[in-house]
Amino acid sequence: MNAPLPPDAASRAERQREAVAALSAVLPAHALLWQSEDTIPYECDGLTAYRERPLVVALPETEAQVAEALKACHALKLPVVARGAGTGLSGGALPNPMGVTLSLAKFNKILNVDRAARTATVQAGVRNLAISEAAAPYGLYYAPDPSSQIACTIGGNVAENAGGVHCLKYGLTLHNVLRVRGLTVQGEPVSFGSEALDVPGLDLLPLVVGSEGMLAVTLEVTVKVVPKPLLARCIMASFDDIRRAGDAVAAIIAAGIIPAGLEMMDKPMAAAVEDYVHAGYDLNAVAILLCESDGTPEEVAEEIDRMLDVLSGAGATRLEVSKDEAQRLKFWSGRKNAFPASGRISPDYMCMDSTIPRKRLADILQAIAGMEQKYGLRCVNVFHAGDGNLHPLILFDGNDPDQLHRCELFGADILETSVALGGTVTGEHGVGVEKLGSMCVQFSPEEREQFFAVKRAFDPGEGLNPGKVIPTLHRCAESGKMHVKGGLLPFPELERF
Amino acid sequence: MDAALDRIVEQVQAARVAQTRLDIRGGGTKAFYGGPPSGEPLEVAPLAGISSYEPSELVVTVRGGTLLADLEAALAEKGQCLPFEPPRFAQGGTVGGMVSAGLAGPARAAVGGVRDYVLGAKLLNGRAELLGFGGTVMKNVAGYDVSRLLAGSMGILGVICEVSLKVLPVTPATLTLRLEMNVATAIQRLNEWGGQPLPLNASAWWEGMLVLRLSGAGAAVRAAQAKIGGEVVDPVLAAAFWQGLRDHHDEFFVGALRAVAGGASLWRLSVPATTPPLALSGEQLVEWGGAQRWICTTAPAATLRQAAAAAGGHAVLFRATDKSAGAFAPPAPPLDRIHRELKRAFDPDGIFNPGRLVPGL
Repeated sequence: MNAPLPPDAASRAERQREAVAALSAVLPAHALLWQSEDTIPYECDGLTAYRERPLVVALPETEAQVAEALKACHALKLPVVARGAGTGLSGGALPNPMGVTLSLAKFNKILNVDRAARTATVQAGVRNLAISEAAAPYGLYYAPDPSSQIACTIGGNVAENAGGVHCLKYGLTLHNVLRVRGLTVQGEPVSFGSEALDVPGLDLLPLVVGSEGMLAVTLEVTVKVVPKPLLARCIMASFDDIRRAGDAVAAIIAAGIIPAGLEMMDKPMAAAVEDYVHAGYDLNAVAILLCESDGTPEEVAEEIDRMLDVLSGAGATRLEVSKDEAQRLKFWSGRKNAFPASGRISPDYMCMDSTIPRKRLADILQAIAGMEQKYGLRCVNVFHAGDGNLHPLILFDGNDPDQLHRCELFGADILETSVALGGTVTGEHGVGVEKLGSMCVQFSPEEREQFFAVKRAFDPGEGLNPGKVIPTLHRCAESGKMHVKGGLLPFPELERF
Repeated sequence: MDAALDRIVEQVQAARVAQTRLDIRGGGTKAFYGGPPSGEPLEVAPLAGISSYEPSELVVTVRGGTLLADLEAALAEKGQCLPFEPPRFAQGGTVGGMVSAGLAGPARAAVGGVRDYVLGAKLLNGRAELLGFGGTVMKNVAGYDVSRLLAGSMGILGVICEVSLKVLPVTPATLTLRLEMNVATAIQRLNEWGGQPLPLNASAWWEGMLVLRLSGAGAAVRAAQAKIGGEVVDPVLAAAFWQGLRDHHDEFFVGALRAVAGGASLWRLSVPATTPPLALSGEQLVEWGGAQRWICTTAPAATLRQAAAAAGGHAVLFRATDKSAGAFAPPAPPLDRIHRELKRAFDPDGIFNPGRLVPGL
């Protein structure tokens, strides 16, 4: 089973005493929290519907302390869950009730920005945006920009292979990380990748990036920082039909243009964010596209013209180009505030994160509209349209257990439909605990067993973040989820499209 | 399943039962690379064909035995390409071989390597199980990213039966410049330019001459040319030069091959781009903005390996008649253990490509 059984209170208390005793020997007293009132702030991450109290929260301050803490946990077979800012949206940092939460919050130093090499070496707990701020004096920045970039840490970005709104042109975390230095589950120093462009042997960096804290503990990351484009401008395009908006996205790519950003939102989402940030969104539009171009002023002028041509040819009903940086940021403010804006129109929301082939955007939106009826819940939609990465936000009231239940079914339905359309259950938020059931749909038992074998190659005792990401055979059987090979098997709901 | 795949699966099952070793072969154009091939040949060439290609999705899915030339022709027809310019050492190279070797051409430093374009793969592991990882979409974090692990794995984890790759439109404008300068200045300039928003796509320094390729929007290329200066190279000559460099047919590599036949070794040093000129004997060609140094030398392996390691990189014995020093530097602890365990996780009986990547694996 992936979910540990509710622990018996007495054995839990005994285990907690052991953990505190062992960790007290290697960590200063102020770096250990175990009283209930102190561990409450750690009981969930950005996925607040799931909560657990860890036995102990450890907040080491030096690498030597982390290594000793890992050795102590390894000796006692205590599960370890590493944690950055806790902004993750899939429960990847959900504590293990019989384990230790290892906070890397104290590792918040920018160690070096190398202007000539265009790299930054930072500790795991450094915030995403702080890297760009440190590189700004050199005209450089760190490209991946997840919406939570003010708060989320680079260590967490590495764990999730975080994306953002500029991935199509600038890549994901993996494409912008050169080296990850950290510790194995046994507390040994280990380094993946290099400041050179390749390494001898297997390239383990792609396994570690996106591994959700299951393979190693990240202490330090060397990232690429790239020249900041001289200029960026953004087109806001309105469409009166979802399918036409989806086709416009494909048309831009087909025209040989790789926009710096290509985002879509539907009418209810536009209404919610307009009410919140007053970005000047067209409230009559059925769908709004944001298309950004960046580069030299000449390059941007050329590309904006080409994109305007394609968009009007694709049937845009209104087109507006940002006149200056303030207006560009205004256009984006709506998109970047989609989540808090949803929080204002509903007591709770659950954000999905599947990816589909771009050409199926209209199909999935139509399917989601059908699901709103089926589950009796509203859903507002934002997309990284350029990557086909969807973020439907299902609105519900968590105080009503039935609504929560329907919301979970709704979410799982979106994910399964995405897989059936040839996509994946998670584009950038990770599996964590939230999508364990959906992983049974995407992967066969043999594929899941291969994943477990990869984990054991790094972590034979399964001490790092156990129970996350890969569902066991037993769990899949229990959830009744059937493996659907992308787009190949008939899927009843598809008939409705 | 189809007949070509069935035969491969049967051969793997048979090798497993008989405890024999298999040498996974595409076109055999990179047999010289890595540790020496051994075992019974497992021919992947019959597993050929483009499974799906949708230019507006920027994704192509190809079977492992497909000729790289066929894939590139299909992409070119739609104005798209593999931006990392995989080398074609001879005719007959396959897409599976391209991914396994993980080698990229002149544009590597600017656009990323093979790994960065892999989106998904179907792998036949050592238990003869056909497994799918990744997919055909740009963003996918479901499970460990096994498909990208295959880039550069030299076939030791299994047979790449199918791979999905991100492709990109061919850039609208390209311009090649020549500038005379010594190697130290070239490395310094390349890193300075790299820190500015310039469409620098490839670079090569050899014998006092730096050749640069700019690639991007017309306006950006023209602006960069004005900034960098130098002499514009005729586009036809320039295309031939970059192709020769990519496929190792140009003057430097032809000379290197001759020297290798005479007992020298061709080394590929992968180092941080800012590494100063390496004081090593022999001809040197510097690519990738300083991050790749080709050295044709008779110096002992240890000298090359130490120089690369001291700079924070590694040295590959690329071509030599005697490869007893090992093609690649062996992984250091604890990575050596992780390598052994990963090999066991995918290929518990040690069937595939023994010794091609790591001695003993």
